[in-house]
Amino acid sequence: MYRSLRPIIIKEFRQIRRDPTSLGMLLILPAALIVLVGYALNFDVKHVPLVIFDQSKTSTSRAFLDKFKQTELFNYRFDVTGYNEIDGHFTNGRAKVAIVIPTNFAEDLLVGRDVRVQILVDGSDANTGAQAIGNAARITADYSTRLVVSAFERMGRQYYQPIDFQPRIWFNPDLLSNQFLLPGLIGFILVLTAVISTSMTVVREKERGTMEQIMVSPLRPRDVILGKTIPYMLIGLVEATAILVLGYVLFDIQVKGSILLLYAGIFTILLGSLGQGLLVSTVTDSQQVAFMISVFSSLLPSFLLSGFVFPVSSMPIVLQILSNLAVNKFFLVLVRGIMLKGVGFSSVWPQFVYMIVFAAVMLGVSTKRMQKRTL
Amino acid sequence: MNEYAIEVHDLTKKFGAFTAVDRVNFNVKRGDIFGFLGANGAGKSTTIRMLCGLLQSTSGTASVGGYDINTQPELVKFNIGYMSQRFSLYDDLTVEQNIRFYGGVYGLRNNRLRDRMDWVLKMADLKGRESSLTRTLSGGWKQRLALGCAILHEPKILFLDEPTGGVDPISRRNFWELINRLSTEGITVLVTTHFLDEAEYCNSIILINAGKLIAGGTPSQLKREHIKDPILEVASSNVVEALEVIRVQPWAIETSVFGTKLHVLVKDEEEGKVSIRQTLSANGIQTQSIQRIVPSLEDVFLYLLDKETARAS
Amino acid sequence: MAIAIETKSLGKSFGGIKAVDQFSLVVNEGEMFGLVGPDGSGKTTTIRMLCGILAPSSGSASILGKDIIKQPDLIKKEIGYLSQRFSLYGDLSVDENIEFFAEINKVYDFKKQREELLEFTRLKPFRDRLAEKLSGGMKQKLALACTLIHTPKIIFLDEPTTGVDPVSRRDFWKILQSLLRQGITIVMSTPYLDEAERCTRVGLMNKGRIMRVDTPENLKKEMEKEVVEIVCDRVREAFRLLSSHHAVREIQAFGDRLNVLVDDANKSLPSLESVLRSNGIVLASSRVISPSLENVFISLLTSNATVEVAG
Repeated sequence: MYRSLRPIIIKEFRQIRRDPTSLGMLLILPAALIVLVGYALNFDVKHVPLVIFDQSKTSTSRAFLDKFKQTELFNYRFDVTGYNEIDGHFTNGRAKVAIVIPTNFAEDLLVGRDVRVQILVDGSDANTGAQAIGNAARITADYSTRLVVSAFERMGRQYYQPIDFQPRIWFNPDLLSNQFLLPGLIGFILVLTAVISTSMTVVREKERGTMEQIMVSPLRPRDVILGKTIPYMLIGLVEATAILVLGYVLFDIQVKGSILLLYAGIFTILLGSLGQGLLVSTVTDSQQVAFMISVFSSLLPSFLLSGFVFPVSSMPIVLQILSNLAVNKFFLVLVRGIMLKGVGFSSVWPQFVYMIVFAAVMLGVSTKRMQKRTL
Repeated sequence: MNEYAIEVHDLTKKFGAFTAVDRVNFNVKRGDIFGFLGANGAGKSTTIRMLCGLLQSTSGTASVGGYDINTQPELVKFNIGYMSQRFSLYDDLTVEQNIRFYGGVYGLRNNRLRDRMDWVLKMADLKGRESSLTRTLSGGWKQRLALGCAILHEPKILFLDEPTGGVDPISRRNFWELINRLSTEGITVLVTTHFLDEAEYCNSIILINAGKLIAGGTPSQLKREHIKDPILEVASSNVVEALEVIRVQPWAIETSVFGTKLHVLVKDEEEGKVSIRQTLSANGIQTQSIQRIVPSLEDVFLYLLDKETARAS
Repeated sequence: MAIAIETKSLGKSFGGIKAVDQFSLVVNEGEMFGLVGPDGSGKTTTIRMLCGILAPSSGSASILGKDIIKQPDLIKKEIGYLSQRFSLYGDLSVDENIEFFAEINKVYDFKKQREELLEFTRLKPFRDRLAEKLSGGMKQKLALACTLIHTPKIIFLDEPTTGVDPVSRRDFWKILQSLLRQGITIVMSTPYLDEAERCTRVGLMNKGRIMRVDTPENLKKEMEKEVVEIVCDRVREAFRLLSSHHAVREIQAFGDRLNVLVDDANKSLPSLESVLRSNGIVLASSRVISPSLENVFISLLTSNATVEVAG
């Protein structure tokens, strides 16, 4: 058995070694994606550019505004002297939020009249806008609570809050989106690179005519498939390890659960993806077409349908059903479970079952199709 | 107008330290079919690229149709037609669209384009197939269409680069009949090839090796003048055994199997015949016939190349 | 002589188009058999079926007595296949290519055989070079070495000399000759009729069918016409003059001579010569030459065409 696989495996490794650009792509792509997703693809809204229109110009108003200047949620840019200026800054993107303090801010506060602070938000970026409003409201609420407390104290009375709302977040206490995205990225990268590299290596042989030479030899299609799968499986495992290490070093993302179980999951999804790549290679003889089909059949479902970025539960029902075709959807649940929650096999076995079925179908169908091409 | 369509004087091309074409001289008569032969890498395509105005020469000059290749490359390009083995046709266009495209490239319009298209379709026997996709044509038709596109703009000089490689014998004949007709009409044709049977169609041939001209003449001249040693064709009862016993003899310069016969290059015709008969009968092989044959151009070509290689080393 | 290959009414259709049709043939051991025909005549398809790359649509074939459909695994060890494209791994070295093809053919003790083949093909100095860096002729020889590493009894060569220059072609033929001496059966396809002349027997193919199988000599003998070679000046004018001559069946103009196909040379030659002379053409020589396979092939094709029209 090993003797039949050996020539193919050795040849694949020799070819991989001779083609450092492709191998580099296999390793640089994940690194680049991690850095990109870790730093740039960030759903936490911070450093929103802010301008201030302070008509009161008192120490009271400055004390209030300092709260906005001190936080990293906002990035204080400059003071303005009129609404038309705010409009100008919004239009050319220099500011996204403006705070307007009324002229009689200090006086009204002093006498205990209602004070209206206006917050203007550029709503063209809906997510940023909404979060900025929330953040501004929280800062304002904090500040006014503090004012109320000190007023009560001056009056010699104890202040109390009827309902104390205390959120506590599990698994990702800082609600950092990269903690959530990076584990998902493992599946995405593995699926993408495994499907593309396997389909390309087979189709390249077809284009060169070497596949025909192999078919003339006593090797069986099964040997060819296994011989082609093993090297890319190993590369996939190395790639996954690289992602885990990078995630830990750069973003301090740790695996809470069993590493072994995690690797079992990685192995299973790789098997399915390699099978998918082989299947792609049986439908076309051209590298270009193989590349296109590989990208479409791996990137789109594992990025858009898997819940990697957009939660499956908020998709329209048709897409929710379709999402079951994306093997990454199940892997995501598994990997987030193991890495963030530290769950064991008892909670992720359904995902394993699905991924094993997926791999079996992919490998089975592609072996059948490969056999059918010849005798 | 002078007698020569192409004149080449001391043409040289160097790529760095490597001399691809080394002081090549030849003239091509108007209306000739001229064969330019050489192995891969001998300097054929570099020379052709210079003659087509695609590459400047390092030294030496050449004129094509009266235009200097170095100072008037654009005029050269406009006055030549070029067709290669790979038939530069668009497979996904129809016959007519291909002709229109090449017509456009050479600036043919209105009546002229219509006339020439008509002429090409007739010449290539493609009437009634104007709207067939080029992909669906057989090799012979494609070849004729490619030829038509190459001479759409009525060039006086036509370059053919291995034009009939891989085409079936009948199409090949038709093709050469067309080329003969063109040359009768005064078009000068320069053929580069390493298929020696293609070279048989040429009036005049030159042979290039390692950038240098090593021989020239008509096919008959080349055959007559260069191979002085006779080639004997031997028919015997067992060709494989005959090969085995003859090839080790000192008087057999070169021995090869041709079908059921053996070709033996010897020093002297009569002595050779006697030696062959003796050797075969001593080994229990029956000699059926021995006759001297005219060497093919391929024999001449290989013989000359061997001589050059021997001289170089 | 033992039979190396036997096919019975072998056929292959691709979506209703018969690429190979009613193909019956016997090739003996130790032969160099040539399948000759134009592009698309079914040569490659036939070879691919015999090598087990394509399944036949109809008929049967056996190689060394084993059925190609029922016993493909027994056959695969005995045959070598050299495809038109010299299928090699460009990013593997000469040595590595041979090693790979040895091992996939389950030959693990290949070192000695590899040395011999490298010697034989004169590729030894280039053994560490990547295959993509070899010239066309060297690629061809390497591909052949890869085909021979498992010492097959029969090799199939699909248009092995396409795109190879005459010098490499000669080397290649020399190698084939020595294979023949070792008793290896060679089946090759070629579109070049001059190459077919070198085969011990040829099968002329057209439109998926085999028209004739025989030795080149017998095929030429069968043709009941003669070829006259006329060397003269103003060849094109001579061509025009003789084209309309009643005795001329076919005429071909070469650079400095004409080949004229006639029914009876002795009867027609004087008349041909006088036509030329009376038009002021100078004859250097004229003689009867043996017809080439190309003459045979073309006359077969044209007579077949007439039959088809008549039928």
